[in-house]
Amino acid sequence: MMKNVCSMLALAASLSACMAPPAGLDLALTRPSDEKKYLVAVHALADPIAINQLHAWEIKLSTPGGEPVTHARIGVDGGMPQHGHGFPTRPRVTRELGEGRYLLDGMKFSMTGWWELKLAIQAAPGADKITFNTVIALPQEAKR
Amino acid sequence: MTWMRALLLGGVLLAGGLPALAGGAAAPARVADDWSAEERAVLASLHLARLPAAPPDRSNAVAGRPAAAELGRRLFGDARFSRNQAVSCASCHDPARQFQDGRAVGQGVGPGSRRTMTVLASNYSPWLFWDGRKDSVWSQALGPLEDAVEHGGNRLQYAHLMQAHYRQQYAGVFGAMPDLARLPRDASPLGTPVEQAAWRGMDQAARAAVSRIFANMGKALAAYQSTLQYGESRLDRYIAGVQGGDAAALGELQPREKRGLRIFIGKNACITCHNGPLFTDQHFHNTGIAPRLAGRPDQGRSAAPGKVTGDEFNCLGPYSDAQPEQCGELNFMAGDDPHMRGAFKTPSLRNVALRPPYMHAGQLVTLAEVVRHYAAAPASAFGHSELKPMKLTEQELGDLAAFLAALTGPVVERPPR
Repeated sequence: MMKNVCSMLALAASLSACMAPPAGLDLALTRPSDEKKYLVAVHALADPIAINQLHAWEIKLSTPGGEPVTHARIGVDGGMPQHGHGFPTRPRVTRELGEGRYLLDGMKFSMTGWWELKLAIQAAPGADKITFNTVIALPQEAKR
Repeated sequence: MTWMRALLLGGVLLAGGLPALAGGAAAPARVADDWSAEERAVLASLHLARLPAAPPDRSNAVAGRPAAAELGRRLFGDARFSRNQAVSCASCHDPARQFQDGRAVGQGVGPGSRRTMTVLASNYSPWLFWDGRKDSVWSQALGPLEDAVEHGGNRLQYAHLMQAHYRQQYAGVFGAMPDLARLPRDASPLGTPVEQAAWRGMDQAARAAVSRIFANMGKALAAYQSTLQYGESRLDRYIAGVQGGDAAALGELQPREKRGLRIFIGKNACITCHNGPLFTDQHFHNTGIAPRLAGRPDQGRSAAPGKVTGDEFNCLGPYSDAQPEQCGELNFMAGDDPHMRGAFKTPSLRNVALRPPYMHAGQLVTLAEVVRHYAAAPASAFGHSELKPMKLTEQELGDLAAFLAALTGPVVERPPR
């Protein structure tokens, strides 16, 4: 998935239909949280992500040492910074899947371009936040 | 795209020899009408053939049944389902006029307050009406039937009519109808004070039985409406020509329409919201359209979440055929988004030139006025407009309006895929 988004960035960034995301945007989907209390990995459970379709993501939380973090409360926010609007839906974590994995359901992207996914994490190591970037591209011809 | 580029380069080699190839190598390869590879990808995303099957409506078990669609087709045109026996669904959603009425605001048994929307391709919308206060086509279909200024009738009146005129057809789709003989002629939870009192006088089981018949009317109407879709436009043939390098198909658009298309898909332009094969993101936006009545702004989407969550005919309600977890749109609805103040649904632009006047209350009469509004981007009277001004010349404004007419195609009736 990560590879997918990255490989599509070149195309999406140059699309005349969408505002180009800022240069140097960090598109990594596995990153330490802002205060480094967690290592957070996210990935969409749909591939490719279709515009305007509800789908789920999975979040994996671990300590910096790699131990799974369970029983976390995760707040979800995000949207398109260049358009000033949020997600068209109100996604939320609906289930803990075990081994530090969580189901983030109700995700939807209504247009191509740069979207932020912001997580506010509350678990035993303390409160921390992280913002992921993802660039949603048009479906690729070859995939159809 | 790789093979197309290879073909093009091959052609250049044959036609022009090495100097032409050297010239082409510095710039990105361009083919038909000078569209870049990225622009061709955008054009492809608008082609009608890219439209996937509509998402199945799990809340309507008969949505794909031909017998339900046939019952719905008959109900759609039956004016007995109104207070004055003169208003049917087809009165405002006229099959001869793109399933709309051409009026600024709908006219049922009384004057409405918003523009009649077409029902074409409505089964692709997670939210129905300009403000999305309904979460399925079947639930949407019930709203006007009991609205005081649209059909103006009442729930029990309709149940009796179903029993009198459609008993057999109804039974074939939904099973036998309960006996309504001992129930009042007119009663509804939403009707006149007298009708409401009659409704309260019925026991719970009778109210539920009548509401079930009413909900099933909506489900049959939805099955019919789901068959009503857009057909191929000149733009689709043009895009196919661009993709396939078919020179004849490139003539489907006039030069000014092609210029308009280029503006349409440009940076921060129309395609931002009017995206995909239906030219809509199916979402809600405040675009600063002046209220129909000055000083009386319409709240639009921001007033709708409370209505849809409290609606007994929503996906989670007792008349829905869905499991609660199948109601994703309702379960994950953004109910308190401040951007939804004064926001209205992005309509499809297919066949838009056949549907003046425009906007949620017909405020703009021509497409020329529409493109002028979007370029000027005036502030909103309520909430905040998302638009940013676009610097377009008079000719560009004209080109854009001309392009919109290239989105015209036939209405096609086909069973749900």
